[in-house]
Amino acid sequence: MWSHFSKSAPGTTSGGEAPYAHVLQPRQVDVSHGVILYLEEVAVSFDGFKALRGLSLSIDDGELRCIIGPNGAGKTTMMDCITGKTRPDSGSIFFGQGMDLTRMNEPEIASAGIGRKFQKPTVFEHHTVFDNLELARKQDKRVRRSLTSHQASEARDQVCETMKRIGLAGHADLAAGTLSHGQKQWLEIGMLLMQGPRLLLLDEPVAGMTDDETERTAELFLSLAGEHSLIVVEHDMAFVARIARTVTVLHEGCVLAEGSLDVVQNDQRVVEVYLGR
Amino acid sequence: MCFCARANLDQALILKLAAQDSDEQIEAIHLLGSSGLGEALQVLKALSEGGLSVVPEQVFFFRGTQAIDAATGQVLPQAPENADTVIINNRVRAELEETLAGLKLLDADPEIRRRAALSLLNSPAAQQLPLIQKALARETDSGIRHLLEQTAAILNIQSPDVTVRLKAVQLLGQSNRANTRNVLQSILAAQTEPDENVRKAIQTALKSINNRLTLTEFLASMFTGISLGSILMLTALGLAITYGVMGVINMAHGEFLMVGAYATYAMQGWFRSHASLDQDAYLLAAIPAAFLAAALVGMALERTVVRWLYGRPLETLLATWGLSLALIQSARLLFGAQNVELANPSWMSGTLLLPWGLELPWNRMVIIGFSVLVLMLVWLMMNQTRMGLYVRAVTQNRPMAGCMGIHTGRIDTLAFGLGAGIAGLGGVALSQVTNVGPDMGQSYIVDSFMVVVLGGVGQLAGAVWAALGLGIATKFLEGWVGAVIAKIVVLVFIIVFIQRRPQGLFALKGRSVDLGG
Amino acid sequence: MFSLTSGFFRGQIGLGKLVAAGLVLLLLVLFPLLHLATGPASLWHVSDYLITLLGKIMCYAIVAVAMDLIWGYAGILSLGHGLYFALGGYAFGMYLMRAIGPEGVYQSDLPDFMVFLDWKRLPWYWTGTDHLLWSGILVIGVPALLAGIFGYFAFRSRIKGVYFSIITQAMTYAFMLLFFRNETGFGGNNGFTDFKRILGYSITSPEMRIGLYVLSGLVLLLSLLLCRFLVASKFGKVLTAIRDAESRAMFLGYNPLWYKLTAWILSAVLCAIAGALYVPQVGIINPGEMSPANSIEIAIWVAVGGRGTLWGPVLGAFIVNLAKSYCTVAFPEYWLFILGFLFVAVTLFIPEGIPGLAKRLTLVSWRKR
Ligand SMILES: Nc1ncnc2c1ncn2[C@@H]1O[C@H](COP(=O)(O)OP(=O)(O)OP(=O)(O)O)[C@@H](O)[C@H]1O
Ligand SMILES: [Mg+2]
Repeated sequence: MWSHFSKSAPGTTSGGEAPYAHVLQPRQVDVSHGVILYLEEVAVSFDGFKALRGLSLSIDDGELRCIIGPNGAGKTTMMDCITGKTRPDSGSIFFGQGMDLTRMNEPEIASAGIGRKFQKPTVFEHHTVFDNLELARKQDKRVRRSLTSHQASEARDQVCETMKRIGLAGHADLAAGTLSHGQKQWLEIGMLLMQGPRLLLLDEPVAGMTDDETERTAELFLSLAGEHSLIVVEHDMAFVARIARTVTVLHEGCVLAEGSLDVVQNDQRVVEVYLGR
Repeated sequence: MCFCARANLDQALILKLAAQDSDEQIEAIHLLGSSGLGEALQVLKALSEGGLSVVPEQVFFFRGTQAIDAATGQVLPQAPENADTVIINNRVRAELEETLAGLKLLDADPEIRRRAALSLLNSPAAQQLPLIQKALARETDSGIRHLLEQTAAILNIQSPDVTVRLKAVQLLGQSNRANTRNVLQSILAAQTEPDENVRKAIQTALKSINNRLTLTEFLASMFTGISLGSILMLTALGLAITYGVMGVINMAHGEFLMVGAYATYAMQGWFRSHASLDQDAYLLAAIPAAFLAAALVGMALERTVVRWLYGRPLETLLATWGLSLALIQSARLLFGAQNVELANPSWMSGTLLLPWGLELPWNRMVIIGFSVLVLMLVWLMMNQTRMGLYVRAVTQNRPMAGCMGIHTGRIDTLAFGLGAGIAGLGGVALSQVTNVGPDMGQSYIVDSFMVVVLGGVGQLAGAVWAALGLGIATKFLEGWVGAVIAKIVVLVFIIVFIQRRPQGLFALKGRSVDLGG
Repeated sequence: MFSLTSGFFRGQIGLGKLVAAGLVLLLLVLFPLLHLATGPASLWHVSDYLITLLGKIMCYAIVAVAMDLIWGYAGILSLGHGLYFALGGYAFGMYLMRAIGPEGVYQSDLPDFMVFLDWKRLPWYWTGTDHLLWSGILVIGVPALLAGIFGYFAFRSRIKGVYFSIITQAMTYAFMLLFFRNETGFGGNNGFTDFKRILGYSITSPEMRIGLYVLSGLVLLLSLLLCRFLVASKFGKVLTAIRDAESRAMFLGYNPLWYKLTAWILSAVLCAIAGALYVPQVGIINPGEMSPANSIEIAIWVAVGGRGTLWGPVLGAFIVNLAKSYCTVAFPEYWLFILGFLFVAVTLFIPEGIPGLAKRLTLVSWRKR
């Protein structure tokens, strides 16, 4: 394990070469306490509207956590905070023991090992499936390297393997824009895998998938857990039931209940929230 | 020239006017001028127009076909033969013009007297002193008297007599003009004043002038700033509406100003060709005409071009730029490439004199009032009418508004027309303060974009505040560093500002922010 | 299976390469030879006028390529590229002014306009401009620095789309105002003109004309190859990825700031070099080059030629500018209408430019068969 006090010095938030230091000397996330992500008292407000109010959460290393909650509960906002898209007004977010995510920008956080799938599938529509995955592959992502990089054969193999895994093996040269909605979802998941992250954030991953695809996704996630940590936000309760070990219920920007699916489903307050006040 | 009895002018003096030596000519001009006589004025005028002729020992000029002796004012039975025209060089001409201007102080029309007094005050000349004294003796209008006294005081400050100087300084202390301050300061700086008391008096006078001046200058800058801001506001208001509703940056927006201004020009022409109409009313008639003309052009453009480019802001920008080129060239072909001139109606010309020497031009005041009126109308329209409700609905959520049964297409056209019409009104206002030409819109477009950027895209309130702020800031900066640098400073400020607050002063609320750009 | 270019595409390149090579030969070898070797009376003579015109347009074509890099591939529409073009021109113009020496109207060592303003010494920023090398450094350095500073702040605060375009426009406008001032020290309204020589050789000699012409052509070729290499590299792929889905690229660990900034600075420098080549050929540079209208025109060359193709914008620059130089003589009143119509028509009907149009036409004729 590397010492974590040397990296992400406060102040080197945006720009600068610092964010890529990890590529040259790989820096591991310190999970010595078995926890990969801490959120403490995170609060965010938009023009006075409080989207998150004192949200606290911790995710264990290798855990698969499902997060549910009614529309507008703040699930996506929480992910925005973790990935650096939104800066919390107060509170702290730590990746492992020492990495303060509130001081890092998006590319830095991504390079540190957090991958994210958006609620609306976003892929590079004008690039081929192959290029999409290749671009996502874990590598030095600085400009300098991009000018000189050659495609190594191992990279090619890695992409091929991922394509098989996400069921797009025959579509390497197809422009991503021509894929179906479900295929785009898969492609995006594939890109996350190529990124080789420690923690995956998945916002409604099975929206727009057939039952069959949903089932395969569930299997994939279950196989990923352990090696990776996953946070899955989903409205589809059948899917949640299929994969869930621990479920967290968000409501109006803070945690309402947490526990196994059975426990939270029988929680009086959760029932109230879902069935209406 | 009725104010004096017929008097003969000194024959020797008159002959000197025709002398070869320009120094002699100038001396004669000064002497004639300070006499203040009507006959002298006539002779000098003739000289200035090149109508003074000379034969040996006689100088005469023509009035119609009659030849008139310059010295006696008598009509000569017949014009002398072989006369030479009296020729003057540039130096003499300058002196002559100055003297002629001075003589206007004795004119019967108070407005002419006032103007003459004002120009004299701005560039006083020592040889005018006797004339000024004469004018003061018979002047009854207190405003003009004040101007004359100030001028006299500025001249008297060089007097050899200490008491005269002291009195002059005290008089100047009541002034509130930057010029006066400069005069006093330069005397102090040159250290030419021998008398201790006078020096002290100058200092007190300077102090009291300064006190009044800072306020006046501040108010004056404020005023011109607001008036610039109000025109910017009229431009930016329309831009904010079109951007807000359709997310369209319309590069042809400046040309709607131009359309409005030319509509005003056309209206003026129409009134002129109908002499029975009250000419001053053309401007009132121009307001609806300009609004309609600009709005129609705007709606036509929206229907034919802009409509097909929704969701492609960069392409829209280019296409509307093309439209603006075509509009400019159309104006050139229709009205000529030259700037055309518009006359202020009489009720808009002149200035309002306020205490502390504040002079507010009427045309600018009217423009400010007009902008406020338009702003109120737009506000009412957006907040109190159905159309406004629809427009706001479309601004906030186009698909949803469409689902609610609002004809978003029609709203787009109307909103575009409204925005263009408002710019047309801006053109009416602009035509009263600057030249009207085919590419007048171009010089305002960068500014009005800056207003929109600064105010926050699609925000009416933002546009208003940003326009006023920009106008005032520009004018204050102009006072310090000159117009060009002021403009650059403002642009740089905006570029820096955008860094800090990309969403502008007034951010759009909600998630649409993410989609912007 | 993973061939990145399909066979069809490759076949097209073969034909394209042939055509391109032919054009290069014609423009860069045949025309200059004909110009130098034949007299004005000859049927085959290529006139001074044509050489100057083509040389000028090749400079514009470099700008079009630079614009395509930033607009076509990075999705950033600059309405202020004329600024970098003009700055390059001014930087080289400084050398040209110094090279006049005491042969100006006032026969002073200072440039004429400074004598006219009653200046006694050169301003500090003119130091060293009598050396060709230093002015060459300025040609590249000044626009690069300006583009770097501006781009860094603009991209860092994630200014995009029309916002960005408008700000670039305001920027070039501000510079135009600045250069209009006499006190700025660049000749005010009139700018620089009456150049005499470069490195001791007369600027009006046919050899110099051809030299500059060929140089422009070579630079154009090099810019094309450089940009071609860039967009085909990983860098280009990331750039388009950022254009299409910036946040996706960001969450994959690419920092858009540096990618955009690199492309932006490179684009600005290419413009500046084009400007430096342009000035000695047309013999004048003034602040009018910085007017917003000029910069927007660049966009139409690119749009006509087709964005994101690199060779298309070169074609576009040639077509629009040849049309311009013909129309402004033949029917000057209507040129602005034509240009305006072009802006509207291209965006409305052929958003992909001429290549798109060609593709559509072949499709139509195919269907008819
Ligand atoms: N950029 C923003 N500006 C203003 N309000 C926002 C912004 N982002 C989110 N919100 C608000 O914050 C609240 C939480 O939104 P969030 O997207 O996190 O909900 P969610 O739990 O993901 O809902 P869903 O299940 O529908 O995806 C919502 O009421 C939303 O309107
Ligand atoms: Mg959500």
